[in-house]
Amino acid sequence: MPLTVSILHLFLALLLGPLLTGIINRTKARFAGRKGSPLMQPYFDLLKLMRKGAVYSRTTSWVFRAGPVVGLSVMLVCLLVVPAGRISGVVSFRGDFLFLAYALGLMRFVTVLAAMDTGSAFEGMGACREVQFALLAELAFLAGLTVLGLGSGHLSLSGMTASLWSGSQAHVNAPALLVAMSILMVLLAENARIPVDDPTTHLELTMIHEVMVLDHGGVDLAFIEYAAALKLWLYAAFLTSLVIPVETGSPLLDLAAAVCGIFLTALCVGVIESTMARLRLRHVPRMLLVAMALSLAALLWVLR
Amino acid sequence: MEPVLVSFAFLLLGSVACACLGGSGKAASRMGAAVCLLGALPVLFAAGKVLWTAMPVAIALPWQIPLGSFHMTLDPLAAFFVLVICVTCMLAAVYGVGYLSAYAGRKPLGVAWCFYNLLFASMLLVVMAQNGVLFLMAWEAMSLTSFFLVMFEHETPAVREAGWIYLIAAHLGAACLLAMFVLMAGPHGSLDFDHLRTPAAPVAAGVLFVLAVLGFGAKAGFLPLHVWLPEAHPAAPSHVSAVMSGVMIKTGIYGLLRIVSLMGPPAPWWGWTLIVIGTASGIMGVLSAICQHDLKRLLAYHSVENIGIISLGLGMWLLGSAMGHPVLAGLGLLGGLLHVLNHSLFKSLLFLGAGAVKQATGTLEIDRLGGLRNRMPLTALSFLIGSAAISALPPFNGFVSEFLIYLGAFTGVVHAQGMGILGAGGLITLLGLGLIGGLAAVCFTKVYGVIFSGEPRTAGAAGAREVPAGMWGPMAVLAGLCLLLGLASPVGVFLVAPAATMLLGEPCIATALKTALPPLAFIGLGGGAILALSLLLWALRKGLLSGREVVSGVTWDCGYIAPDPRMQYTASSYAQPVLEMFRWLVRPQVHKNLDPDDFPRQAHFSSHTEDPFRQYFFLPLFHRVEGLARWSHRLQQGRNQLYVLYIAIAVLALLLLQVR
Repeated sequence: MPLTVSILHLFLALLLGPLLTGIINRTKARFAGRKGSPLMQPYFDLLKLMRKGAVYSRTTSWVFRAGPVVGLSVMLVCLLVVPAGRISGVVSFRGDFLFLAYALGLMRFVTVLAAMDTGSAFEGMGACREVQFALLAELAFLAGLTVLGLGSGHLSLSGMTASLWSGSQAHVNAPALLVAMSILMVLLAENARIPVDDPTTHLELTMIHEVMVLDHGGVDLAFIEYAAALKLWLYAAFLTSLVIPVETGSPLLDLAAAVCGIFLTALCVGVIESTMARLRLRHVPRMLLVAMALSLAALLWVLR
Repeated sequence: MEPVLVSFAFLLLGSVACACLGGSGKAASRMGAAVCLLGALPVLFAAGKVLWTAMPVAIALPWQIPLGSFHMTLDPLAAFFVLVICVTCMLAAVYGVGYLSAYAGRKPLGVAWCFYNLLFASMLLVVMAQNGVLFLMAWEAMSLTSFFLVMFEHETPAVREAGWIYLIAAHLGAACLLAMFVLMAGPHGSLDFDHLRTPAAPVAAGVLFVLAVLGFGAKAGFLPLHVWLPEAHPAAPSHVSAVMSGVMIKTGIYGLLRIVSLMGPPAPWWGWTLIVIGTASGIMGVLSAICQHDLKRLLAYHSVENIGIISLGLGMWLLGSAMGHPVLAGLGLLGGLLHVLNHSLFKSLLFLGAGAVKQATGTLEIDRLGGLRNRMPLTALSFLIGSAAISALPPFNGFVSEFLIYLGAFTGVVHAQGMGILGAGGLITLLGLGLIGGLAAVCFTKVYGVIFSGEPRTAGAAGAREVPAGMWGPMAVLAGLCLLLGLASPVGVFLVAPAATMLLGEPCIATALKTALPPLAFIGLGGGAILALSLLLWALRKGLLSGREVVSGVTWDCGYIAPDPRMQYTASSYAQPVLEMFRWLVRPQVHKNLDPDDFPRQAHFSSHTEDPFRQYFFLPLFHRVEGLARWSHRLQQGRNQLYVLYIAIAVLALLLLQVR
């Protein structure tokens, strides 16, 4: 039964992933006093892109074409290990979070190389910012997971989060909340959201993630957009597994709670985007250092 | 007749033949490579047998060496290193034939191949020697032969300087080893490894440990003894750089493993020392690499980084042993040893790739290259695989060994429950590895992105052609091995398990294997799944695009329709934001002359980074030493009359002492 529900979560992720972008955009529209595009707009966009032909720069090679493909397959594999709410991942093994972190690293690696493949100065600029911020985000992520591992005594994502809020590991709950705050910052940075990156900006010079995919179009861009939606789902799912405090006993209800939590996370990202300005690029590392500091503070708490 | 001795005899005779008969033509290269390949086979066979059966082979020849004996053993630890040495040396030799053909007729290639095969033989002897004197002789032979290989292009002043720095570093290290062996001498001064004395007092053991770390660390490239690597590796021919960086510096790791295991139970601070050295080497190595503009110098700094990772593994081994934590010790040792193998594969691959780039374009300056992937596709693909492997990305082999070290560190942190020594060691290892991995990815996206992607920045890069099969073949084999050991990840662990068992004992390694194998199987599966899904999605993309309009245009540059290759992002600008964060550590120096006018006519910008340890530690130190040496000139002026006076005074002083 638990495995079936985990697989069900996987399918829900594949199905509902793009909806998260819709929720964020709708939230931002409401804050701005607009009606906003339909919730299903990301799906329409994906379908439109999937039907298009392609334009490739003469400079590019197979690396440029392989980037989106490898990125999406990495995301599909990563979704297997991530827990959501009280639902554990489809697969869990000792050190699976390391595999997750480094597989996401592979995705970044191919995205960056695809960007560099175009020979565009703008894409190179975006690429170097991406790797710089990812470096710090990855460290904050690892530090947060050390806390959870230390507190729970488990070395897999599902094991760490399953023992949270269960009574026997009550001393980890408060540090887990600190880690959740740190993971939220990592989520914002890794998914190219405000205050790190502005997905709606129109100036190539200021972009990070968007500028790296400037030359992609059609099916390739659809793969990239879909992978980005799944990545947001992945981080949101992990975040909910840190903060949803109740286990109902019925796996299906737990799944419903997790999905609600994931939607709420998207809403929360929308609120952050509406109420905050984007940070200056040189201030982004400071935010990520705060994320790391939160994790380390949680570590002190666990060691107390 | 022992196969090992057949190998040695063949390599030695073959080397002499190369030097005498080789001359400077292409025939010399073919002969040298053939000697290397044929000479490697018997010892490779013997090593494979030892790894399979775990039965050591001892060889004692009744030859006299002063103070020593000719005593060798091929035990699992030696066999593992023999395997690593043979694979890299054989592939590099095949590559060398093509690489050196550019020098045919201009250089004494026969002599170069003689030194190459002697270097190979001396490395084999280093890992098999069971006697201190024999070991030091092999060690010295290894240093000297590689010195001559580094000096291959001795017409260039920079190469000569690099050679001298290497020679001095090698001998300072050897001096520490000499002192260490003398202190460890057993009864009747025997230096046989079986008879070496393990000191009872912790202080004495500590002194020996420090000497071992200094001596072997100078060869391996531990911070701050790494300064010779970025000089010597770029100076040597590429196949020699591959051997030096891929395997020769690993003999330092071998020596540390062998000698420390003879020193008796370790103290916790030994482990700590290696963890701190490992973290520092790793972080400083990769940061210095990011600053470099020369590809081979960059790769040399990455060797410092990877030696740091290996050292982290060894540190956990010692810490775990000292604190009685078998899983930590086992995982650290397995990870460290496996990283020795993995690094030998991807680093030699990258050095061979650098050689191919040098030969095709005539330069190694990263910012003068670009667009090579269309001109040399096979080299580019191999280099890409090597880059992913060294950045520890699944599904390649670098991730597997780093994963083992990570897992050990996490186990240490989790089981320590409370800070303690173990937990702190684990935590430093974890965060250190995380930072190193991220920085390595920064560095290699820069290297691949600037050299192979985009458009060529100079005419040299535009005119590049793919290297011959004799050169890309070995690179392809190495790239294949990187992928294989990443996908079939337990295979690598089984290769290092006999050596680890010999050092740590059966039960400990068995527990570690039980902890490590299930996740490794999942990692292999996960990597395989990524590959399979990628192929599937590639097919889907192809299917969707077939029949649709696919056109080509120019890269989008803000609407500008005539982009120039010089407008591309450069390696320096790519690295700048990361270096800005760490400028307190690496201190890049910027020279610029920017015209303040509104319509600038002329502008100049360049940056370079000196090695901080060379600049602020070794140069002042050696200036001091030189000052002292100058001062001693007053005593030693070369006048015989004065020396006679010295002797008279000395004799008189001794007499007076005796009388009293």
